[in-house]
Amino acid sequence: MTINNQLFNQVSEFLSTEADMLDHREYQDWLKLWQPDGVYIVPVDVNADDYKNTLNVAYDDEHMRQLRVERLEGGEAVSTAVAMPTVRSISALRIVSASDDEVTVRCSYMLYENKEGDLRPYPAKAEFVLVPNSDSFLLKKKLVKLMRASQYLATISYIF
Amino acid sequence: MNKPIDKEAIAQRAADLVLEDRVHKDLYSDPDIFEEELDKVFNNTWVWVAHESEVSGKNNYKTAKIGRQPVIVVRERKGGINVLLNRCRHRGATVCEGNAGKTKAFTCPYHGWGYGLDGSLRALPKPEEYENLMDKSEFGLVKLRHESYQGMIFATLSDDIEPLEDFLGGAKKWIDLFMKQGAGYPLKTLGEQRFRFPGNWKIQLENTTDAYHFPIVHKSFLSSMDETSAEIFDFLDGDGFVEDLGNGHSVMVMIPELVDLEEKLDDPIPERFADLATELAAEGHSDEEVRRLVRAVGGSGFNLNLFPNISFSMAFFRNLVPISAQETEIHHIAIGGEGAPDAYNQKRMRLHEHFQGPMGFGTPDDGEAWERVQRGSMAGDDGWIMVNRGMSRMKTSADGNPQGAVCSETGMRAAYQQYKKQMAS
Ligand code: FES
Ligand SMILES: [Fe+2]
Repeated sequence: MTINNQLFNQVSEFLSTEADMLDHREYQDWLKLWQPDGVYIVPVDVNADDYKNTLNVAYDDEHMRQLRVERLEGGEAVSTAVAMPTVRSISALRIVSASDDEVTVRCSYMLYENKEGDLRPYPAKAEFVLVPNSDSFLLKKKLVKLMRASQYLATISYIF
Repeated sequence: MNKPIDKEAIAQRAADLVLEDRVHKDLYSDPDIFEEELDKVFNNTWVWVAHESEVSGKNNYKTAKIGRQPVIVVRERKGGINVLLNRCRHRGATVCEGNAGKTKAFTCPYHGWGYGLDGSLRALPKPEEYENLMDKSEFGLVKLRHESYQGMIFATLSDDIEPLEDFLGGAKKWIDLFMKQGAGYPLKTLGEQRFRFPGNWKIQLENTTDAYHFPIVHKSFLSSMDETSAEIFDFLDGDGFVEDLGNGHSVMVMIPELVDLEEKLDDPIPERFADLATELAAEGHSDEEVRRLVRAVGGSGFNLNLFPNISFSMAFFRNLVPISAQETEIHHIAIGGEGAPDAYNQKRMRLHEHFQGPMGFGTPDDGEAWERVQRGSMAGDDGWIMVNRGMSRMKTSADGNPQGAVCSETGMRAAYQQYKKQMAS
C-alpha cells in the first residue's frame, strides 16, 4: 500500500497544531478548528460503540465546547486558578481511512499534567475524524480513550 | 496481648475528637485512626454495595468494597442476589476482577477452585489430596448478610445489627421521593465516573450536606447556565433546610419546589428543557408523558446523605470508597428510567456530565476545595474544624427531627455524632 505522503504530513501538522494550541490554552483558536456538528468525547467505557447513549467523562457538542472554554478561561473556577500548562505528544499516527470527505486517524496521545509538583501522565489512544477544508481540516470528532478511564481518574482542569 | 487494648484506645481517641460543634483535624490524616474506622464504622454497619439494576440480568455481577474489603454482588440464574467476599478459601486470591460483568461461576485463577454464584465450592483440581481433610461445604466464598430498600442493596459484615429498614429509618421517606426520578419508569443506573482525590473520606461525606459552598465553589457552573436555571440554584436565601434523620443520615433540601417530582406537573416547561420537550413531543409522547419526563429530568431538589458511604445527590448517587487516611475514591453514578425514551436518558447523562465527574463543571472545583482542606489540616496546633453553623437557630421539623437552615452544618453534625458513637462502641 502506498501511503499518501502529502496527506500524512497534512494530518500530522493539523494534529500537532491542535495539541500545541491546547497546551498553550489557545482555546478560542481551538474552537475554530471544529465543525459545528463535531463532537468531543472522553469516554468512561473505551469499548462502547454508541457514546451518545453511554455515560462519558465528557461528551461535548458545539454548545458544551463553548461553555467548557468559557469555564476554563473565565477565572471563576478555583480548580483552573492553579492549573499549570500541560505537555502532550502524539505518536504512532495511522490513517485508518481516507476519502475526499473524511479522514479517520488514530494515534497514541500522551499528556502530562503538573498538579502542584505531582507530575501525572495520561496515556491514551485518540481517534480523530477530520473533514478536509481548503488546505487544512476541521474536526468532526475527537475521541480520547484514556488508559485509566474505566478505573479512576483525578479531577481535570484542561481539555484532553 | 497489647494490641487489642491499643486499638480500643485509638478508636476512643477518635471518638473524643468529635465534639458537638467541632471535630479535630487528626481525623483527616491519622493512619491509625483510619484503620480503626474501617473496623468500627465500615465493618459494623450497613454499607451500600449496588443498585439492583447494576446486576439486572441473571449471572450479572459487580464488584464493590465494604471499607477496604472487596466483595462481589451477583445475581443468580434463579434471580436471587448474593453478596460474597471476594476471596478464595484456599490461599486467598480474589476470584473476580473488573468492575462488572457476566459469569456462570467464579473460578480462582491461582489453583482453579470453582465456586457457584451462591458462593458454594463446587469443584477443585485433584481433590484426592484433601481426603479426610476438608468438607467442601464449609469452604464456600463467605456470604454476607444483605438487604435492599427501593432497589438499593446494602450489605454488612455484622450479623447482629438492626434490620436495614430500621437503620434507614427517617431516610426511607426521602429515598421514596428520590426514586421518582425514573419518571414513571423503574429507576436504573446509567453508568458511573470514578475519580480519586488526595484527602480523607469524611471531607467528601461532609460535602454532600454542605450547601454553604455552592455559590462560591460552583460559581463557574452557575455562570454556564441560563439565568432562570441559575436562579433556581441560588438557594441559600430560599426555604430549604437540613434535617437530621437519625443514625447519621440527613437530608438537605435546596429546592423545595423539586422535592416531589409527581407534583406541579402543570408548571410551565423550564427554558433549559424546552428542546427536550419538543423532541419528546415530536416522538409522539403525550403531553402528560412529556410533562412527567421534563419534570423529573433535572433531578430532585435535595441531597440525602446516608452514613457512611452513599448519597442520593439531586440527580445521581455518590458512593465513597475509603482508600487510605489521605486518599478517597468517589463514584458518581448516573441514573435514569428503565424503558424511558432515549431522549430522556440521554439528557440525564448529558446533564450529569455537565456537572459531575472528573471533567464536569462542578466536581473539579469541589475536588480542589477538598484537597485544600486536607493540606490546610496540616497547619497549626489548634486543629479544630468547625461544624457549628446554624446551631443556635435549630427548629423541630414536621417529622419531629432537628432541623437547621439550608446552609447550616446540621447534616455534618449528624454524621459525626454517628461516627463518634460507632468509634466509641
Ligand atoms: S488461591 Fe484460589 S485456588 Fe488456590
Ligand atoms: Fe460541590
